[in-house]
Amino acid sequence: MASLFSRRRNKAAQNSRVREQKHEGFMRYAGFRWAKISGGLTLLVMASYALIDVSPRHNGGSWYGYTLGTMGALLILWLTMLGVRKRRRSDDHWSLKAWTSAHVYLGLSLAVIGTWHSGFQLGWNVHTLAWALMMLVIVSGMYGIAVYALLPRSLSANREEMTQMQMLEALRAFDRQLHGTAQGLAPADAAPVLAALSENPFAGGMAARLSGRYPRCATAEALAQLGQRRGTSEDVEKVVGLLGQKQAALGRLRRHLRLRALLEIWLYVHVPLTFALIAALSAHVISVFFYW
Amino acid sequence: MTDLLKLAIIGSGPAGLSAASRAAMLGMSHILLEKTDHLSDTIFKYQKGKRVLATPERLDLRSDCRFAEGAREVILANWDEDAAQCGVNVAYQADVTGVSGQKGDFTLTTADGRQFRAEHIVLAIGTQGNPNRLRCEGYDLPHIIYQVDDPEDFKDKHITVVGSGDAGIENALGVAEEALENHVTILNRSRDFARAKAKNVSDMMDAADNGLMRVRTETQPKKVEAGWLTLDTPDGEERIPCDVIVARLGSVAPRAFVESMGIEFTGPDREAFPKLSPTFETSVGGIFVIGALAGYPLIKHCMNQGYDVAEFINGNDALTPADEKDLAAIFADLPQKKSVSAWLEYFRQRISIFHDVSPLQMREFMLDSRAAFYAKGEVVFEKGDPGSSLFAIADGFAEVEVAPNVRIPIEQGSIFGEVGLISGRKRGATIVAGVDAIFVEVTRTAALKLMAAVPGAKRAINRISLERQLLQIFKGGLTVQDLSEVVEQAEVMRFPAGKVVVAEGDTGDDIYVIRSGSMVVEKDIGGKPIFLRYLPAGSYFGEMSVLSGAPRNATVKAAVGSEVIKLTGETFRKMLDARPNVRAETEAAMAERASMNAFIESRKASYSSAVDLYSDTASFIMKEGLGEATDALLIDENLCVGCDNCEKACADSHEGLSRLDREAGKSFAHLHVPTSCRHCEHPHCMADCPPNVIHRGPDGEVFMEDGCIGCGNCMRNCPYGVIRMEATPPKKPSLFQWLLFGFGPGPGEPSPSWTKKQLGDEKPKKIAVKCDMCKGISGGPACVRACPTGAAIRVSPEEFLSIARLDGGQG
Repeated sequence: MASLFSRRRNKAAQNSRVREQKHEGFMRYAGFRWAKISGGLTLLVMASYALIDVSPRHNGGSWYGYTLGTMGALLILWLTMLGVRKRRRSDDHWSLKAWTSAHVYLGLSLAVIGTWHSGFQLGWNVHTLAWALMMLVIVSGMYGIAVYALLPRSLSANREEMTQMQMLEALRAFDRQLHGTAQGLAPADAAPVLAALSENPFAGGMAARLSGRYPRCATAEALAQLGQRRGTSEDVEKVVGLLGQKQAALGRLRRHLRLRALLEIWLYVHVPLTFALIAALSAHVISVFFYW
Repeated sequence: MTDLLKLAIIGSGPAGLSAASRAAMLGMSHILLEKTDHLSDTIFKYQKGKRVLATPERLDLRSDCRFAEGAREVILANWDEDAAQCGVNVAYQADVTGVSGQKGDFTLTTADGRQFRAEHIVLAIGTQGNPNRLRCEGYDLPHIIYQVDDPEDFKDKHITVVGSGDAGIENALGVAEEALENHVTILNRSRDFARAKAKNVSDMMDAADNGLMRVRTETQPKKVEAGWLTLDTPDGEERIPCDVIVARLGSVAPRAFVESMGIEFTGPDREAFPKLSPTFETSVGGIFVIGALAGYPLIKHCMNQGYDVAEFINGNDALTPADEKDLAAIFADLPQKKSVSAWLEYFRQRISIFHDVSPLQMREFMLDSRAAFYAKGEVVFEKGDPGSSLFAIADGFAEVEVAPNVRIPIEQGSIFGEVGLISGRKRGATIVAGVDAIFVEVTRTAALKLMAAVPGAKRAINRISLERQLLQIFKGGLTVQDLSEVVEQAEVMRFPAGKVVVAEGDTGDDIYVIRSGSMVVEKDIGGKPIFLRYLPAGSYFGEMSVLSGAPRNATVKAAVGSEVIKLTGETFRKMLDARPNVRAETEAAMAERASMNAFIESRKASYSSAVDLYSDTASFIMKEGLGEATDALLIDENLCVGCDNCEKACADSHEGLSRLDREAGKSFAHLHVPTSCRHCEHPHCMADCPPNVIHRGPDGEVFMEDGCIGCGNCMRNCPYGVIRMEATPPKKPSLFQWLLFGFGPGPGEPSPSWTKKQLGDEKPKKIAVKCDMCKGISGGPACVRACPTGAAIRVSPEEFLSIARLDGGQG
């Protein structure tokens, strides 16, 4: 009833509620706003580097190098904040899409800012360690952009409106039917079926998850073995049919898990490396100020 | 013959019990007749430990029996104690089957032949009625039950469900849950499941395929014995083990019994209630109806009415109802000072749609309404505001803005806002107070109840809404007088979703206005129906044939269940002939539509696949019921990476429970419709909410205010499955505690196991949980804000199906 009775409601308050209904991805957000900004920034850095004469040569310790270094360090801290922004709810207006867009493009420009900051003076020291970690974070991020652009449609096409829970439920349903039908098999035939029943769809480790290849799949094995025994009994026929269906359901689930893994795996590189980068960056900054 | 009592009360629920207690306290001779062997059977049948809620909070309890929110056991124990303390005379196992006599000397006969005589009768029998029983040998054995409160009460049992309506199927699915290890059989007398929802039937078939239950068609029970059930199957008799029989065969509504006493109802439809005086007396003198049967489903209402009715029968005329202070609060801000009953009478006299309303109904409508003073020139609502309440003019007049700076007065006694009420869409015009005025605003629920209960009010509202709708559609200086003949001949027609209203190539010159629901326009191009346009409520179609006389050039069919008003071509043409300006305006509008059709046709020739995709997407959107949506969440699966941040954000913005299921739902061409509220034009969830807590908010959101009693009606009524019954999980440690130290379950909805661990043995009440479009959060819906890739969007069907989409791709 509250709405009904709040008669003289504040028009302005209502209009300040922004309804995001524009249909555009994070890469194209606001007409490539952040692509333009960070592209401009990159060009500015490159041009100023060429135009400004630092003697004896460009290096991180010149006033120009300090400027780029400060910019880069602040940018790194801000880019890290995406992880907090993503998880923190607040009522004011913000859009994670806009943050992602800015994160992606400014993160890419960081490669130029950081490298140009070094004046291309690399070596075997903590400073170059920070630079290398930064570049690794950027490269892993680029992988992220690529999979975010390419994989979602495969994920969607593969699951065909099924949820992950439903895929697991379908597997369990085939297992139940297999369990019932396999009662009538000879012990030698039942053994591979039992092995297939006790198979954990999540097993196989990281390599199998990412490649989608499960060379020791018990269901495939059972299918191959019983396939040779076709025609021996009606139960074998039924079991082979069910194993075929289970194999298909398992295939779908594994493709689903693979795509999800590919979409997530890079974060396990990107995020820890970011923390390593921040540590190395701190060491770099402290050493510059205290031991230069 | 027994002694003549002052009062006989039928039914010992909250209403009857409260009435009997009051009668006992007043020293009236009385008898409380209960058909079972315990008091308050409906609540008795609740599952063990169920929390019973005491809403509405603002209403004071006035009864000699205690009642506050608490567990079923506590409430029943209190009532038993209170009844004994008051000295209530109860006759158990007294199933009243007949009533004869008249005021002053009624005779009540029970099923077992006992008779009681009373001067007055109070009917407090509720609306549940008696469940239909099995008609076979052994029908009265105790292991036959008529409802399943908690499926977990049954473990490792042979259970047979008889009856294959929705109730039967839902019970069978409940007890067939794999973990319970029951052996479940469901019987259906016929071959198919015509009476059940398609979703329930398919769930049942899935369960059968998975070996969780047996579905037996053309099978009936023949004989019930302890532990066994003999079936009559197409192949002959069969005896199966059976520990429990769940009989879901519908119930006999109490209406027939009530009507057999000569009591009149307000109308023939199911929502009708007995006609009652302000003292709850029916059309038969001496018989009173209170509680759910009188239209008050909440326990507190029932108990207050029990108290009041006993006082009234005892001759207390000065008693004012317990809601008096709530009504007084509603009238408090009005400029004049009048008593509550004087105000009620004032509105009843001055507002035409209230003329036929009884004083008792008037109280009820006013409780769901608001009366307010508006100064001259003050805006009541603006065009485009969401709102579905109805306004009535008690004093002064209102002005409707038909064009910038053109205002037409609406006189005192009339109504406005009816378009929002009927179509469920945003306000069609701005309304301002013409002078200092008093307007009564009636909520959508109360207005719909009014229309159902008072036929005169319904006719008046329908006619006014049609006239105004036509005036709004057909520009060019049309007046109400011009329309009189058109409106006279108008006919309201209902169409279920998918039904064709006008077929391409047909002859016919009637013109249609969409009253509620929406339509899609399709044209056959190259042997394939191509989507041309989505028509929301308030639009019209069929005008091309009226103006040109040519056959229909496109097919129009209902996108959702809709109502259209058919205006005959003949009267419409006459009206146009009389008003050349209107004709010119209508022709201009028609030309615009024709050119848009031509544009799509030309595109079809050059960019066939783009048009096909647009058309197929539109069909998909309509098939998913988005035709009745006002604001739905869609996910572009070209962008969705499956991070579920939308669900997490939703949970964290709303007491830890997500109101959307991203992964579930249908997809087409990578466009995904997740399980999430669409904020329907006519929300199904609002249809039957006993505490009436579902409303439409200022941004068009359908939300639930506090006071849900957890009955689950809304969840069952929602065709899209977006309402959950859940208890609020305990508070989580803050984000930084999780981020830095790993405390708590992290962002998003906590897992059931975490919640269970936090709560221990405590079982909090489950209430309905649904999307409120992040009401009150200035940043707007969290699901969309929290999407990192821009896959989640919120749209209305018009926005989504605009032609710009065809032109510019996915911009």
